[in-house]
Amino acid sequence: MQMPRPDAGLLANKAQIVARLREVLPRDAVIDDPAETRAYECDALSAYRCQPLAVILPRTTAEVSASLKLLHELGVPVVPRGAGTSLAGGSMPQADSVVLGLARMNGVLETDYDNRFIRVQAGRTNLSVTGAVESDGWFYAPDPSSQLACAISGNIAMNSGGAHCLKYGVTTNNLLGATMVTMQGEVLEIGGAYLDSAGLDLLGLICGSEGQLGVVTEATLKILPKPEGARPVLIGYSSNEIAGACVADIIRAGILPVAIEFMDRPCIRATEAFCHAGYPDCEALLIVECEGSKAEIDEQIGMIRQIAMRHDPVEFREAASADEAARIWLGRKSAFGAMGQINDYMCLDGTIPVNELPFVLRRIEELSQDYGLDVANVFHAGDGNMHPLILYNANEAGQQELCEQLGAEILKLCVEVGGCLTGEHGVGIEKRDLMSVQFAPADLEAQLRVKDVFDPKWLLNPAKVFPLGMTESRRVS
Amino acid sequence: MKVESEAQLAEAVREATGPLMVRGGGTRPVGRCVGEALEVAISGISLYEPGALTMVVGAGTPLAEVEAALAAEGQRLPFEPGQWGAVLGAPGQSTIGGVVAANVSGPRRVQAGACRDSLIGVRFVDGRGDVIKNGGRVMKNVTGYDLAKLMAGSWGTLGVLSEVAFKLLPAAPTQATVVVDLPAGAAQVALAAALGSPFDVSGAGWVPGVGAVVRVEGLAQSVQYRAEKLASLLAPFGETRIEQDGSGAIWANLRDLTPFVGKTGDLWRLSVKPSEAADIIARLGGEVMLDWGGGLIWVLLPEGSDARALAAPYSGHATLMRGVTAAVFEPEPAPVAALSAGLRAQFDPRGILNPGRML
Ligand SMILES: Cc1cc2nc3c(=O)[nH]c(=O)nc-3n(C[C@H](O)[C@H](O)[C@H](O)COP(=O)(O)OP(=O)(O)OC[C@H]3O[C@@H](n4cnc5c(N)ncnc54)[C@H](O)[C@@H]3O)c2cc1C
Repeated sequence: MQMPRPDAGLLANKAQIVARLREVLPRDAVIDDPAETRAYECDALSAYRCQPLAVILPRTTAEVSASLKLLHELGVPVVPRGAGTSLAGGSMPQADSVVLGLARMNGVLETDYDNRFIRVQAGRTNLSVTGAVESDGWFYAPDPSSQLACAISGNIAMNSGGAHCLKYGVTTNNLLGATMVTMQGEVLEIGGAYLDSAGLDLLGLICGSEGQLGVVTEATLKILPKPEGARPVLIGYSSNEIAGACVADIIRAGILPVAIEFMDRPCIRATEAFCHAGYPDCEALLIVECEGSKAEIDEQIGMIRQIAMRHDPVEFREAASADEAARIWLGRKSAFGAMGQINDYMCLDGTIPVNELPFVLRRIEELSQDYGLDVANVFHAGDGNMHPLILYNANEAGQQELCEQLGAEILKLCVEVGGCLTGEHGVGIEKRDLMSVQFAPADLEAQLRVKDVFDPKWLLNPAKVFPLGMTESRRVS
Repeated sequence: MKVESEAQLAEAVREATGPLMVRGGGTRPVGRCVGEALEVAISGISLYEPGALTMVVGAGTPLAEVEAALAAEGQRLPFEPGQWGAVLGAPGQSTIGGVVAANVSGPRRVQAGACRDSLIGVRFVDGRGDVIKNGGRVMKNVTGYDLAKLMAGSWGTLGVLSEVAFKLLPAAPTQATVVVDLPAGAAQVALAAALGSPFDVSGAGWVPGVGAVVRVEGLAQSVQYRAEKLASLLAPFGETRIEQDGSGAIWANLRDLTPFVGKTGDLWRLSVKPSEAADIIARLGGEVMLDWGGGLIWVLLPEGSDARALAAPYSGHATLMRGVTAAVFEPEPAPVAALSAGLRAQFDPRGILNPGRML
């Protein structure tokens, strides 16, 4: 993975930069010992690593502002970081950068059930946001599989989704306001505990901008009352096509489950071996979850059963207890872990129009054979967000490159059928160079101009999202 | 000037020598309208996949045509956009592009999000005359910056929409409304109780002559169950009843502001923190309607009133929908205003697209 050549002047000035940072931050907030900064050299795209100049861990918005103002003045690139779980290399440092980590900003600032929001410091983990309101019967809806670890700041930067976003939407649909510090150190309040924007929708623009427009330090998030109950069903089919047809029929029937998850045979086998969830040994498996009162769930599942039966399932299993529900979800939730046990894997994230599902799965299988690498599929079928997992052996020469080539082919396929490169993980460094497959130069230029407005010197996470060739003149000038 | 294709639109913008007043159906004449009229008549549904819950449509397509096509498949736009032509005295056919440019969202906003939340893709012509696309036709997409959100609610000041794409919802087969006999000033607490319940409320407002209203939608048995639960939950706030047959009309009236049609005065729209609603409407006086659990206040005030001064202090923003005073849109804090101005300068360097519309 190509990264811009580090600025030799900045590398040579490391000691001075660190000393200046120590003037505006408490001592323990500036880390420059390489043994300690090593922990920040990569995110979950761990094949790529790079040590930064230093890491800063501020505790307040004022400290973030002071350090950004200084780094702006010194012309030092800054890589914002939440929990470092990005699968796209979004929080991977560059050698001449300072990593600004939000890990110490994890407090709850305000909970307000009357107005249905919670305000938190943005370094707080996703799951602990729900944790703060759960005992009162509320929850924060976006639920990425990484929710135990990932931070709200990373969720906002990537506009992360989760299994339940079919009903509740992704981060951007649940974000009401943000405190953001610009690269120049200016503190902005955008949105708040009310709906929609007074002027241009800057909140919508910031969400999903991958840490390139500003550093988010606080967030106002929508919270929802917990439904009375939820129940999953598991449906097994003898082919991907049939499972795909069943998904389309469920949606056409006017039922909107909170989640429709899909796993194919390689994935089912691997998770079975890993966690023994008791899944049927079949080609394709759906997990469909419905919410509401007991009677409401019965009504919805009754309709789903009818539809599923028309397609002659290998198995239709309805959870009769909380324990059975947990077992139905167990395999899905351990899918990534299971794949990690048997192999190295690369997780893709393209989205396709749901009606293209059978075709795309068939094509992926052909590509997998051409490349000689196995691909397992586990994804959010209701919204067409696929997660093909390419299995490879990182220790075998050439496999990493082969795997990346196959990944690129699959993502191009997603774009060809009318979809996109990434549904929830973001572009980062990983898909940077594929952007011109999806966008024409004018489309990208419009996005670059947005960054020009927020960060004219191109210091915030500058080597991400866009093909390096397109941004070079902006980064070096 | 009327354009019927994206190519014509791009040419019209490129060759413009002065300000353009971008319009769809002209039914939302909010803000300063100056310049040569540029009517976007790029019409037609280019893609509708009911099984994928997505639609792509020309920006000049009448809203009514979009809604009819969806209804034929038992689906709908999640955000329930209102028609303001009657109340704003601007009759005509609302277009879907106008809905997006104004980010128009009706009562279901509290459950299904705003217009911008359903908008999954746009094509537009910026002030340079360049055609730009963003987003696409799939429900989940984080590829690059989200310019679709930026375009929604930008009132044609950053670019002229040529095509918009939405994610859709199945239309609910049944609905019911729980009506609580309450004055406007007492409504918000009851609405908050309803919205804080697990009964999946899809509308919460206050309508003159009716009272506080709470809507549930879905499968018949479920609607019945939730309406009854809500009626007993809300009983402590006032006398309650469940409206079945009349439910649809209540929400259409609130959505389209029907009770205000034909009445004189300035019409203001305030989006605020819901719990502030009671104090704000007490300070405002005038005739009000409430939506979004009290978070959206529609108020008719005597001509020339400054709702911002009357309502203060409030967290949120006020827009003058009909009437004449200095600022139609809520003035932004300086650093935010600077970013907005910077974006306008980038997207429309000549300042020809609806100049001053959002002041
Ligand atoms: C096992 C696993 C499962 C996953 N499952 C999902 C899933 O289901 N859905 C999903 O959407 N994602 C998933 N992810 C991806 C990842 O968890 C998300 O992208 C997450 O939002 C990243 O959060 P983070 O705090 O770890 O961010 P980081 O990795 O630290 O950073 C991510 C991006 O955010 C930027 N950023 C961080 N903090 C700030 C800030 N304060 N201001 C501005 N920018 C900032 C960074 O610069 C970077 O570009 C998964 C990852 C793993 C490892």
